[in-house]
Amino acid sequence: MAISLQINGKTQETDAEPGTPLLWVLRDELKMTGTKFGCGVASCGACTVHLNGEPVRSCQTYIDDIQGAEITTIEAMSDDEIGAAVQQAWVEVDVVQCGYCQSGQIMSAVGLLRENPRPSAQEIDDYMWGNACRCATYQRIRAGIQRAAEILEA
Amino acid sequence: MTINASRRGFLKGAAATGAVLLVGVRPDGALAASNNSSMLTPFVQISSDGSVTAIIKHFEMGQGPSTGLATIIAEEVGLTMDQIGYDFAPSNPQIYNNTLFGPMQGTGGSTAIANSYMQYRQAGAATREMLLQAAANAWGVDASALALQDGVITGGGKSAPLGEFVEAAAALEAPAEPRLKDPSEFRLIGNPDVRRLDSPAKTNGTAMFAMDIQRPNQMIAMIARPEQQRAKALSMDASGAEGIRGFINAAVLPNQAGVAVFAENTWAAMQARDALAIEWDTSNAETRSSDDIEAEIRAALDAEPAYNVNGADVPAVQAAITGADIVIEETFYFPLLAHAPMEPLNCTIEQTEDGSILLHDGCQFPTLPHGAIAQIFDLPFEKVQIKTVLAGGSFGRRATPESDYQVEAALAFSLTDRSRPVHLVWSREDDLRSGYYRPAFGHKVRVGLDASGNIVGWEHRIAGQSVIKGSPFEAVLVHDGVDHTSVEGTVDSPYQIPTAAFGLTDMEKATSTLWWRAVGHTHTAYVMETMMDMAAKAAGIDPVAFRLSYLTGDGSDQKRKAGVLKLAAEKANWGNAPADRSQGVAVHKSFNSYVAEVVEVSGNPNDGIKIEKVTCAVDCGIAVNPDVIKAQMEGGIGYGIGHNMRDKITLTGGVVDQFNFPDYEPLRISDIGEIEVHIMPSTEPPTGVGEPGTPPAAPALANAIAAASDLRVASLPMDDNGVSFV
Repeated sequence: MAISLQINGKTQETDAEPGTPLLWVLRDELKMTGTKFGCGVASCGACTVHLNGEPVRSCQTYIDDIQGAEITTIEAMSDDEIGAAVQQAWVEVDVVQCGYCQSGQIMSAVGLLRENPRPSAQEIDDYMWGNACRCATYQRIRAGIQRAAEILEA
Repeated sequence: MTINASRRGFLKGAAATGAVLLVGVRPDGALAASNNSSMLTPFVQISSDGSVTAIIKHFEMGQGPSTGLATIIAEEVGLTMDQIGYDFAPSNPQIYNNTLFGPMQGTGGSTAIANSYMQYRQAGAATREMLLQAAANAWGVDASALALQDGVITGGGKSAPLGEFVEAAAALEAPAEPRLKDPSEFRLIGNPDVRRLDSPAKTNGTAMFAMDIQRPNQMIAMIARPEQQRAKALSMDASGAEGIRGFINAAVLPNQAGVAVFAENTWAAMQARDALAIEWDTSNAETRSSDDIEAEIRAALDAEPAYNVNGADVPAVQAAITGADIVIEETFYFPLLAHAPMEPLNCTIEQTEDGSILLHDGCQFPTLPHGAIAQIFDLPFEKVQIKTVLAGGSFGRRATPESDYQVEAALAFSLTDRSRPVHLVWSREDDLRSGYYRPAFGHKVRVGLDASGNIVGWEHRIAGQSVIKGSPFEAVLVHDGVDHTSVEGTVDSPYQIPTAAFGLTDMEKATSTLWWRAVGHTHTAYVMETMMDMAAKAAGIDPVAFRLSYLTGDGSDQKRKAGVLKLAAEKANWGNAPADRSQGVAVHKSFNSYVAEVVEVSGNPNDGIKIEKVTCAVDCGIAVNPDVIKAQMEGGIGYGIGHNMRDKITLTGGVVDQFNFPDYEPLRISDIGEIEVHIMPSTEPPTGVGEPGTPPAAPALANAIAAASDLRVASLPMDDNGVSFV
């Protein structure tokens, strides 16, 4: 039986089995490859998407549990006021190196700014702890979030 | 050379927009231009609409060569950064070789800019001169009266965008020796405001990494590997996977190194792999534990080294130490470490219409998998193509001499009828558990000081598993039995240490080993800089002043190393840390660059050390992209500190104990405070930046911990020594 998902404002039907992680439906079936596979155990944050506006790890989010929920991915972030500001800040600061974790970093950063428009460095560290970056771009992530907060205030 | 579908695919800019000016080099190395992409493999490609593409012969794992090489081309042609794009070069060891590696295309040893700097400047300068000559011919003026800036040619009272002269320029001969810009004319090279070209795509989800390649009708392949290295798959039973929707089939790899599982999608492949029953032949499997490896290394350090690396009079060195007023001694141990790039290893392989094999890969050393794949399919070299795409990190992992994962993909593909592309995917568990680690190393060092605190003898023994022996690089990097990468950073240190003996003993490999960001310097810098710190303390001399006293020579090696040390100390306000903080310093030369780092911590090992700040000074010659260099120092520091805080790969009975990130905890944002990077102004040729930030980071942290507590960490990782971090 097909499972119906609301992704970036569109209804998507999938015939994937119940218990399939959202990550693999996004990537393999819907070809939305901006969401990344990093660990599969919710330990790195590369697969972060929003579920009803809150960041979740899509590798541990199962499609049968989220019918009716609004799923948002990196592909829709330029249409989101906070998402666009974070993307602009990321480019201004040149946060990325390899870039593989950055979709997840941005999804988490948007989640943070949505609940805390002016986070301190400590608050950023506390919120972003679960998003690993093997290139260690962390201080630019801090700077990027603070720059995005400025952009949003202006 | 015949052009084929994949080649046209690579030069899509050319095919789509009708590129008419290509500037590169001929196989004999001379500059050449053409209007025919089948005749020339270029460094610069300009379409008839004037859009310029830099062809990047190196791969991008985040270290920035696409921006760097494009900057060099844009600088010499006379463009803004908005007017240049980039594309990765195809595999071609004659044209796109790393000039420091010989006829081999590859990225490593922090050489991407170092080996390409003059080559890409010349290509860019030749492009500029040809465009100017074409304009001069059209306008009836002398080319010397014209200039090209921001993509516009001006002079003789006229002005026009370069696109108007692309076609005419393509009919001209490339100048043999184009005039390179004087550094005083540089607008882009050295400009800290130049931004990375790959930032937009990497922030909106459109960047295409190898993992994102989805060829039409592709299958996903995963490999079930043995738990112990060198075990062989004898047979397998896939009946447990039959009910998994999307499972296609499974088969033992031709080399018995594992079992390939084919599925319609990644999730099905993962589930099916878990459902296989495999019979393994473990008769030749590795059964040692990491405790055994450590015991063997420590025993080797107590014996006479196999190699006298610097031809020292060892008894004389030992006598000098025995007769010294103060003797300090320490034994160090460095565990196996995994690279763990963020993107798990993967690549996609397919057969094209003309029977060629095409590999899509974040490919670090194209020449090696190119040859390996040609051999597996018994094809001539030119019937294999590699399309290089973005790599989600590497840190050395994608550059295996055996092309391990590309060969796996090829062997898996060889089991099929080749009608469907095969995308080989590794999981994080595969990445952490399948070998190719930074080898375990031990060092034992004795240093003698006289009553004034001067070093009078330094005996240094190293034991570990060679990275290079048995690889194709042995002829270049092993001399008189000594693998240079086992000792680099010790015997060749710029420190002027009198009466020194360096010895090396190779250990048998219990697991496959591989270069890891900064290779031998990952352990040698730690040992050198810890011993210098201990010696300074024993001598009662400030650690920075002590180091400088061994860098007093007139050689540029000493001056440049002393230069970054002084700069970092000054910027860190060395010696004047706030009352609740402690500082540690380290300075090291690697990959021809010099990096000094001061780590400032608060707290203590029992209650928790907090890394408050790192101040870094780097001398890497001419800084092509200063902000990329800063980013590489920041990342290199994080990589060095993170692993040495708490990471190790251990084996029990030959089986790796770690599975995923929870057991191999990456550096997290909360682990590290501000990093401040200062670049030493220089007119020297550019040198490496991808690796040199890593080696000094851990010893500078260790020296800060010692300053805070008197605890010397000599066996890594730090948290095995009772050091906690907050």
